[in-house]
Amino acid sequence: MIEIRWHGRGGQGAKTAALLLADAAFETGLHVQGFPEYGPERMGAPITAYNRLSDGPIRIHSNIYNPDLVVVVDETLLKSVDVAAGLKDTGKLLVNTNSDPESVLRSFPGVKGDIWVIDAMDISIRTIGRNLPNTPLLSAVVRLTGIMGEEAFFKNMEKAFGEKFARKREVIEGNMRAVKEAWASVLQINEQARGKDV
Amino acid sequence: MSRKDRMSGNQAVATAIRQINPDVIAAFPITPSTEIPQYVSSFKAEGLIDTEFIAVESEHSAMSACIGASAAGVRAMTATSSAGMALMYELLYVAASDRLPIVMAAVNRALTGPININADHSDSMGARDSGWIQIYSENAQEAYDNMLMAHRIAEHPDVLLPVMICQDGFITSHAIENIIIEDDEPVRAFVGEYNPPKHLLNPSESLGVGPYSVSAFYMEMKRKQFEAMNSARAVISDVSKDFGARIGRRYGMFEAYRMEDAEMAVLLMSSSAGTGKDAVDALRAKGVKAGLVKLRVFRPFPAKELADVFRGVKALGIMDKSDGFSGNGGPLGAEVRAALCGRPGGAKTCNYVFGLGGRDIRVDDFHVIFGELKGMIDGKQLPDCRYIGVRG
Repeated sequence: MIEIRWHGRGGQGAKTAALLLADAAFETGLHVQGFPEYGPERMGAPITAYNRLSDGPIRIHSNIYNPDLVVVVDETLLKSVDVAAGLKDTGKLLVNTNSDPESVLRSFPGVKGDIWVIDAMDISIRTIGRNLPNTPLLSAVVRLTGIMGEEAFFKNMEKAFGEKFARKREVIEGNMRAVKEAWASVLQINEQARGKDV
Repeated sequence: MSRKDRMSGNQAVATAIRQINPDVIAAFPITPSTEIPQYVSSFKAEGLIDTEFIAVESEHSAMSACIGASAAGVRAMTATSSAGMALMYELLYVAASDRLPIVMAAVNRALTGPININADHSDSMGARDSGWIQIYSENAQEAYDNMLMAHRIAEHPDVLLPVMICQDGFITSHAIENIIIEDDEPVRAFVGEYNPPKHLLNPSESLGVGPYSVSAFYMEMKRKQFEAMNSARAVISDVSKDFGARIGRRYGMFEAYRMEDAEMAVLLMSSSAGTGKDAVDALRAKGVKAGLVKLRVFRPFPAKELADVFRGVKALGIMDKSDGFSGNGGPLGAEVRAALCGRPGGAKTCNYVFGLGGRDIRVDDFHVIFGELKGMIDGKQLPDCRYIGVRG
């Protein structure tokens, strides 16, 4: 079972991203859960969403405290939320950021797992035309979890966008460019510090 | 035939409603059940159902409209949560005593205050004595399946009582999970057409529904309700068996999980049962004889069957997702203890109040409970009731 915790702010689409990931994983035949933690919902407030992905049925209905993967949709949360809390030593942390790697690493002195970054804002502005970090983040998450290969995932997304934006060819193309760029550009930044092979 | 899909508990219930295609739905939006009438109104707009959708101005009116529609002789449904159900309380008693087989999708949410939108059972527990049949669901699949069975149970001539199908707000209502959705045709064949034996719009047989009843008649009416609730036991069992035979998923009044030789057990309802099963499996792997009972049908209450399944259990944790504020614990605590009283066995019990207002309950919390139950078996005293997963 892979357990994923998303940290975002209300209105940024962390919940939608978790539901999209559940959809993509379901298409591969996995058992899935995708759920947000609902609090006082307002734009900009910190929110959490979760995924469980498993080969067999999932019975547990609690939040996730020891995730395999943490996704930080908005890096300004790093000042107020302990996003890495409970992350497994073998886990991964993905941060949407345009900061330099050294400053990102300084935010996580205690994290033993792999730290990855992606500039989902830059990718989405260039490809989709707006700051919609969901699509590139979803792509990066699928790559990091390994639930699908590159080709199968791209095909899956093409179909999903095709159904969603049937009459807007340019939107499909922009989203697909975002998916492909994100897949290629998600970067691990702490492998040298840990002396690991990539 | 069926198909594998993934959807939220609310989508699952709305899908069941689309397949049932009831005559009338009257509803007023309230979190977390709002999506259900929202989906249903889309189905209506898309022409997938020919239900009359009545957008009322309050839940009091929603239940009143259902009562009118049901008395007129058609299938009427609603969906609600929390304060919305509380605003219906007066009418819930009217629906049950008028013997109207209305079906409600209840998405459990805490009652105010403090104001809170998350899950607990205080809304439907407040309606526990209203005369409605209450069935609780662990996940989206069960919410869907229970909804498909609801009309057959409610409309059975031996029953004629309203039914609420409950699931935990957000925890299952808003979580996407795998589910098996049946094809429309077998579902419609299973649910069947509704042909009420008596109804207000029958010109050849005049009828009064809900008149004043003087003391000379009132108590006979109540005894009829008591008898109908008793008859519901066999009907729920039969309908569930037929569902199992035709659809393939089997349900009883409760699910006994690894109870064969259990020395200690917990009893609870709805979404946290799955979390508890993971704890039971972990304990069983270590050789601990732990079990779990997930109560599906709370009304009518299967007292005798529960006493039978707990025979041989030395310590029992009864877990309530609402507090009855009796000073002794929640409604399940009281009813399960009453069921065990005077029967052979004599498990020691502790009533745990958990998960109020959406407080998360983890596998670790179940381990704490089972640890305490082990202590009770070893002679340690526990309070009659205690809150779990709480600070201070």
